[in-house]
Amino acid sequence: MIEISGLSKTFGSGANAFTALDDINVEIRQNEFFTLLGPSGCGKTTLLRSIAGFVDPTSGSLTIEGQDVLPLPPYARPVNTVFQNYALFPHMTVAQNIGFGLEMQDRPKAEIKQVVGEMLELVQMTPMADRMTSQISGGQQQRVALARALAPRPKVLLLDEPLSALDFKLRKEMQIELKRLQSETGITFVFVTHDQEEALTMSDRIAVMSTGRILQIGGPKDIYDHPAERFVADFIGDTNFLDATLQSVDGEVATVTLPSGKSVAARAVQGGNQSGAVTLAVRPEHATLTKESGLLDGVLQNIVYFGTDTHYHVTLDAGSAFVVRKQNQPNAGERFEVGEKVGISFDAGVGQVLRD
Amino acid sequence: MAKSRAFDVRRQTGFVPIALLCFLVLYLPIILLVVYSFNAGQSIAIWEGFSWQWYVKAWQNEKVQDATILSLIIATSASVIATSAAVMAALATTRTRGFRGYTFVFALINQPLMIPEIVTAVALLIFFAMIKVATGYTGLMYLIIAHSAFCIPFAYMPIRARLQGMDLNLEQAGADLYGTPWRVFRRVTLPQLWPGVLAGSMLAFVISLDDVVITEFVKSAGQDTLPTYMLGQMRRVISPEVNAISTALLAISVALVIAFYLLSKGGPQKNRE
Repeated sequence: MIEISGLSKTFGSGANAFTALDDINVEIRQNEFFTLLGPSGCGKTTLLRSIAGFVDPTSGSLTIEGQDVLPLPPYARPVNTVFQNYALFPHMTVAQNIGFGLEMQDRPKAEIKQVVGEMLELVQMTPMADRMTSQISGGQQQRVALARALAPRPKVLLLDEPLSALDFKLRKEMQIELKRLQSETGITFVFVTHDQEEALTMSDRIAVMSTGRILQIGGPKDIYDHPAERFVADFIGDTNFLDATLQSVDGEVATVTLPSGKSVAARAVQGGNQSGAVTLAVRPEHATLTKESGLLDGVLQNIVYFGTDTHYHVTLDAGSAFVVRKQNQPNAGERFEVGEKVGISFDAGVGQVLRD
Repeated sequence: MAKSRAFDVRRQTGFVPIALLCFLVLYLPIILLVVYSFNAGQSIAIWEGFSWQWYVKAWQNEKVQDATILSLIIATSASVIATSAAVMAALATTRTRGFRGYTFVFALINQPLMIPEIVTAVALLIFFAMIKVATGYTGLMYLIIAHSAFCIPFAYMPIRARLQGMDLNLEQAGADLYGTPWRVFRRVTLPQLWPGVLAGSMLAFVISLDDVVITEFVKSAGQDTLPTYMLGQMRRVISPEVNAISTALLAISVALVIAFYLLSKGGPQKNRE
């Protein structure tokens, strides 16, 4: 669908040069909800704008359905954008905004009217058709921006942090709404966000970006459970990092020795070291706390209650900190006290060896 | 209230008398001019009773009629030409990537504001004289060109301010939705720009209507605009007819300001934010 290879973008030149995109290679599939996730300044918006045509890449190639789109101006590309601040035309009504793209494509008036009607219905804005865009709420503006971008039936819909201006409840609603729209229209969505939770709940696949590079591409579960790099593990969710020693690698299975001297099977990383010092990532909810000695031993420093779950902060005998997250049950079995000696265990294959 | 009091200039000693004095100096002469335009007598300084006679005289004066028509033709043409040029200049100085010599271009556009008008007038006189000799043309175009030129910066300023305050995303959204640059300009940029264009063109119109120095130097024989006609009259007999014409000009200016206020409030921008 969208094939991007070797795409780079450098702003400025000489000492002031800034590399916003550094050798981006990615293939976005037909009818996919694809998310570009990363902190601000990681290049995700620059990549999105390169697809839209507002940024001229310095090098590399970008094709949509086999067609090289880099020489094309924005108005000739089969993509539409939902802008972060919506960018609705303030001098037009809701219906005129939605019909704008079709009007620019010189579609017949009757067709424009029909499609605008369908779009209004799709985003549940039919009663607001003749309002000016300043007379509707932020959430409604968001729906209009979506309808406007979907109306010309683009091959790809680009969404630039479209939910960031909405409050928490509305954002949750719109997340579900977006997924519904994507499955109903069958259009490929490329979604930019810095919100890892948003990315995990909505995406088919996620590309995690940092400093102009794509660090890892994969499904939400894949990215969360098996981060390949420290940055990915750290950026998405909470993670414990352990200094470990790699004993052996057999395909996807790596055997590591923990600081406690005990060995455990973990997941190997592609293109990583075959032996020596490595970092092992373990999610707090993947580990269990025991009264007996475990894979790791330490002293319970702090207990933080979160309602749905409780975080146990442990100082390991090796000196580093480790957090175990336990879901709260009505009749919690074992009770732990601060200052108690505890053991930490996790199953074979749960830990992830990082590439660093 | 209490917080802003320390910086409230209105509470400084002497503020009220100084403000009143400024308004007095500004408006008392104009009020007197308007009052004496209704004078029944010949004097512009001795009140002899109320009368419309000077308005009637001015209205019936063929020279005033001709000068008025000429003034309107020149001001309208200059306003249209200057505003078009100013829109293009404003687009070029706000919607393009920064380029070498940007400041220089900016200064060039605004030069008529900085060069003494008399210098421009003399320069135009000599330049147009050369063209007159070469072509033999002595028509209105000289005045229209001259007026258009010095009106450009006045039209440029409000348009540029408006463009700078405009959300660039709107134009990108237009381009993203298959709008070619020209269609985006017409359907997105121009409707947004409308109040600036309106303000710019009205300013240009008033500036052109008001001009004496450049017109006096550039005009050919018999080409009198309202201000140059009035200047000519003042050299001979000073009568309240001049007051009447001035009051009419004042009324036009005030009407334009009111029209602009109403249009920009109730026009296509009604629903802006």
